[in-house]
Amino acid sequence: MLKIRNLDAGYGKLRVLKNISLHVKAGEIVTMIGANGAGKTTLLHTIIGLVRASAGAIEFQQKEHTGSCAQKIVAAGCTLVPEGRQVFASMTVEENLILGGYMLQRREGKDAVLRELQYQYDLFPVLRERREQYAGTLSGGEQQMLAMGRSLMSRPRLVMMDEPSTGLAPLIVREIFKIITRLRDEGNTVLLVEQNATAALGIADRGYVLEVGKVILQGPAADLLANSDVQRAYLGREKIG
Amino acid sequence: MYWEPERECMAREDLEQLQLERLQSTLYRVGTHVPFYRKKFDELKFNYDDVRSLDDIRRLPFTEKQDLRSNYPYGLFAIPLRDVVRVHSSSGTTGLATVVGYSRNDIRTWSNLVGRVLTAAGVTNNDVIQIAFGYGLFTGGFGLHYGAERIGASVIPISAGNTKRQIQIMQDFKTTALVCTPSYALVMAAAMMEMGVNPNGLSLRFGLFGGEPWSEAMRTEIHEKLGITATDNYGLSEVMGPGVAGECQQCNGLHINEDHFLLEVVDPVTLEPVAEGEVGELVITTLTKEAFPMIRYRTRDLTRFIPEPCACGRTMKRMQRVMGRSDDMLIIKGVNVFPIQIEKVLFEVEGTEPHYQIIVERENHTDKVTVLVEVVEAIFFDEMKKQRQIVDHIKARLAAELGVSVEVKIVEEKSIERSMGKSQRVIDKRKI
Repeated sequence: MLKIRNLDAGYGKLRVLKNISLHVKAGEIVTMIGANGAGKTTLLHTIIGLVRASAGAIEFQQKEHTGSCAQKIVAAGCTLVPEGRQVFASMTVEENLILGGYMLQRREGKDAVLRELQYQYDLFPVLRERREQYAGTLSGGEQQMLAMGRSLMSRPRLVMMDEPSTGLAPLIVREIFKIITRLRDEGNTVLLVEQNATAALGIADRGYVLEVGKVILQGPAADLLANSDVQRAYLGREKIG
Repeated sequence: MYWEPERECMAREDLEQLQLERLQSTLYRVGTHVPFYRKKFDELKFNYDDVRSLDDIRRLPFTEKQDLRSNYPYGLFAIPLRDVVRVHSSSGTTGLATVVGYSRNDIRTWSNLVGRVLTAAGVTNNDVIQIAFGYGLFTGGFGLHYGAERIGASVIPISAGNTKRQIQIMQDFKTTALVCTPSYALVMAAAMMEMGVNPNGLSLRFGLFGGEPWSEAMRTEIHEKLGITATDNYGLSEVMGPGVAGECQQCNGLHINEDHFLLEVVDPVTLEPVAEGEVGELVITTLTKEAFPMIRYRTRDLTRFIPEPCACGRTMKRMQRVMGRSDDMLIIKGVNVFPIQIEKVLFEVEGTEPHYQIIVERENHTDKVTVLVEVVEAIFFDEMKKQRQIVDHIKARLAAELGVSVEVKIVEEKSIERSMGKSQRVIDKRKI
């Protein structure tokens, strides 16, 4: 579904991503873990077209998308749930969701948007309860759900999520991750960027470890969980040796 | 039957993407964790950030057996010893032993890859598998053992040796699959004859052979004598052990586990890649090993890629059975001679046994090769004239095959030493 080869990107003279190759197959949860400043967000922004790649190739759905503008790749079915939710605080929950359906409305009309809205309410019952409320009044976890629902409104082929667990209580994190698993089980494809490596590898099929702009390890999530380097650096587990 | 169909039958294009991703992170890890490689990369001013295609690997130097020896024992490990869960040592067929290590994940990968090889050869969880490879430091026994357990077969870890007991257990435990060297399979077949055991009365169905080069004629002979499907599998401890490649039931070449190993075939002299399908020396780079990654290891094994797709549906490229070793190659009066060529001729001559030895000497500055061939009793005790005829016949056939003349001596059955593992086929007495 998504194939990236030898991607370089950065800001001005700063080269943030160095020769990144990765792929995501349909129906997978692939996670990208790494510390602050490793380049995770830059990678997502490069895929979605907010940051321009200086070298390499991005292929989405068998089509070259390197250097495409954001509208194009979003129209092709790739969406981003941004870090820090970024919901429209002064709009209601339902308005936020409907806004997320603008691509769908253009493609399939208003009825499709309303149907999709009901689907999102089924996925996130709490959003139905709060649908008249201003988004700014929601709790962090609810805002995260709203941000996810808003992205899903366009019925994307690939959902990219940037740190959905940031700033949330462990209980809420568990709930969010359960929903991500459910999305995959219903046939969605997810690229999940996370600092919470334990939780992310726990639900992912495969993972990549990013360090200072390079993929230093990749493989099945279970293998990464068992890898001592990953355990030491990202899972906070130190074996006494 | 496939063990991991989503991998074994994956589209070539997806495979190449996966290989590139894995190669890039392997080079990063060896470049940062292994001083030996870091030094090499620095000398070449090679920046692993610049590897943008699988072909870029050709810019890297080869790793030789000698490099393993000079870093003995742990110098090439890419992870700290506390994360190593297993240490093996090469069988040392050709000199000093070398040491290799495995992480927990490496052992898991190993099991899975051998599981693929076993499944491709026809083995399932219904089989009783007798592993007559040596256990211990040699990777053969443990590798096959893990793979067989992984796919759920019932494993008999009998290890090598004690042929009579092997056969007894094979009978009593109703062994359906046998793992050993091909030459040992023939030793077993002969022992069965002696013990009065009829191979057709056994439950044996599959034989998985590896550890030494063998010929198509030997396969036919094993098939005839033991009545089993004989498949070849390939591996070497320097890159993992068994599980690098294995034949499917089409019996026409070994599928390489390309998602874990990047293989090249190069000319042993110029070290340049040979044309697709040409014979050369196999060079292996590991793509997923954690504890002991290998970059462009010169195996000295001679083989060729089989570019045509296989009827079994696997997309993983095949290599031909190993045809000999580039360092086994004898240069006789300036002609390159491989023991396997001699073996091939002997198999085609009526009345000879599949046991032979090649003795190379130098007399008056000229190479002299004598091939000792075992013949069946009937011929050995036959009149001189008949003996003469058969010797001349073999000589003529060998001269035609090798392009250089050799002496042939016939010897009595069982006079050449039998091996439980790898046979010593060549004795080079030349002092140069």
